[in-house]
Amino acid sequence: MAFDTRHPVLEGVDLEIAGGDFVALVGPSGCGKSTALRLMAGLLEPTAGTVGGSEDSRVALVFQEPNLLPWRTVAENIRLPLELLGVEARETQQRVGESLELIGFGQADAVKRPRELSGGMRMRVSLARALVTRPDVLLLDEPFAALDDLLREQLNEELLEIHSARGTTAVFVTHNVSEAVFLADRVVVMPATTGGEFVHIPVDFSRPRNAALRATADFARLAGDVSRCLRDGGREMVR
Amino acid sequence: MSVRSWFRPTEWWPPLLLLLVVLTGWQATTWWFDWPVFLVPSPTDVAAAVAEDGDRLLAATARTGVAAIAGFAASLIGGVLIAVIFSQSRLVRASCYPYAIFLQTVPIIAIAPLIITWFGTGFPSVVLVTLIISLFPIIASTTSGLLNIDEDLLELFRLYRADRWQLLWKLRLPHAVPYLVTGARTSSGMAVIGAIVGEFFVGHTTTHYGLGYLVLSTSQHLKTAHLFAAVIASALLGIALFGAVTWIGSTLLARWGTSGEE
Repeated sequence: MAFDTRHPVLEGVDLEIAGGDFVALVGPSGCGKSTALRLMAGLLEPTAGTVGGSEDSRVALVFQEPNLLPWRTVAENIRLPLELLGVEARETQQRVGESLELIGFGQADAVKRPRELSGGMRMRVSLARALVTRPDVLLLDEPFAALDDLLREQLNEELLEIHSARGTTAVFVTHNVSEAVFLADRVVVMPATTGGEFVHIPVDFSRPRNAALRATADFARLAGDVSRCLRDGGREMVR
Repeated sequence: MSVRSWFRPTEWWPPLLLLLVVLTGWQATTWWFDWPVFLVPSPTDVAAAVAEDGDRLLAATARTGVAAIAGFAASLIGGVLIAVIFSQSRLVRASCYPYAIFLQTVPIIAIAPLIITWFGTGFPSVVLVTLIISLFPIIASTTSGLLNIDEDLLELFRLYRADRWQLLWKLRLPHAVPYLVTGARTSSGMAVIGAIVGEFFVGHTTTHYGLGYLVLSTSQHLKTAHLFAAVIASALLGIALFGAVTWIGSTLLARWGTSGEE
């Protein structure tokens, strides 16, 4: 990805996320969602201002594509971040086992190559690879955008289970409103143009949430609010 | 035609049938027009030459094969090393790549006298010519394999603070393997050509009778049937080396998690 450094992609961003929160970032394409995420990941340096977390907070990023290494097996792919970070062998083995369990993979699946897996399975491996580092903050850049609706909803439910089990802070970028409302404690609608206002919409549905939530009237109403806000380009406050 | 189906017998009989038709037509034509053997030998003349000269032909093929394999191996090692160096610095790449292309374009006949002056005639010079001819495809394909890496994967490695060596060992080199296999297939075919051309120009000594020497001497003596036999042996040697490299490559790629078709 190439960025033009002369024109700011993001300006006047003031986003605070409490530990353990699940925040969904929605916005029209080109509004800088991915840029915001990469700033948080430390992959980009801000031209002005600061990006900060608590001391030594570990960040993991899940991409839109699974981005698995085809020459490595599932377990070897999940192990990669630990190899790069220099985690010792015994610890590595234990954490990889944990992560495999978290995504419901057995021993037979662990030795498969990515090309033997379905799209959904690959995405699960990508998620496990992010979780293996036990991140304090999990950043997800439209991870399920390329999957069909049924699989996307299933993976949303699995992601919530993992989130509640781990208590990880999560920032989820998406342009799918119902996905954002289903997952998050707070939906942040990003403005279409730089310098516009960020609209924060709290989502109060109790946890644990399950598939039935999507069928309720409250869910539909809130999703409608977010959609309207998104259409207005983030100008109009909803609540 | 895919790499794997290439080895299936069902894919063999059509070209074999065609060969039979061509040989029959060839035999019939030479018999009908009654051309002299030194001009157009018939398939049976060539077969007789092979039978008469079999030992010499086999020994020459083996010598050329050894030179081709040695040159090809040197290309593999040298090409990968050069590509790794190229991948590490844009400046090195920009300054050296034009000279790598020089390898691809230089006519061997033009530098043959230089090679003879510096290294004499014989086996080492033949291997050197083979190296010069077969090196470029390895450099070109491996360099692009080391560099054409998805931005997301580079970000993934950066996120976990991978250093230059981790990036090279765990991402760039394994990523380049399918590219290297493609380059090696091209290079293996060129290595046989390189060895024969090398023998032609810099290999003619009393100790090194390769196929190139055989082609040269049989044509000079108008032993056209023997020339045909040498040419056929050259082609078979090329096919054998190309086939072996293709087979090793596709076996490797199957284990690599990518098929050879990509």
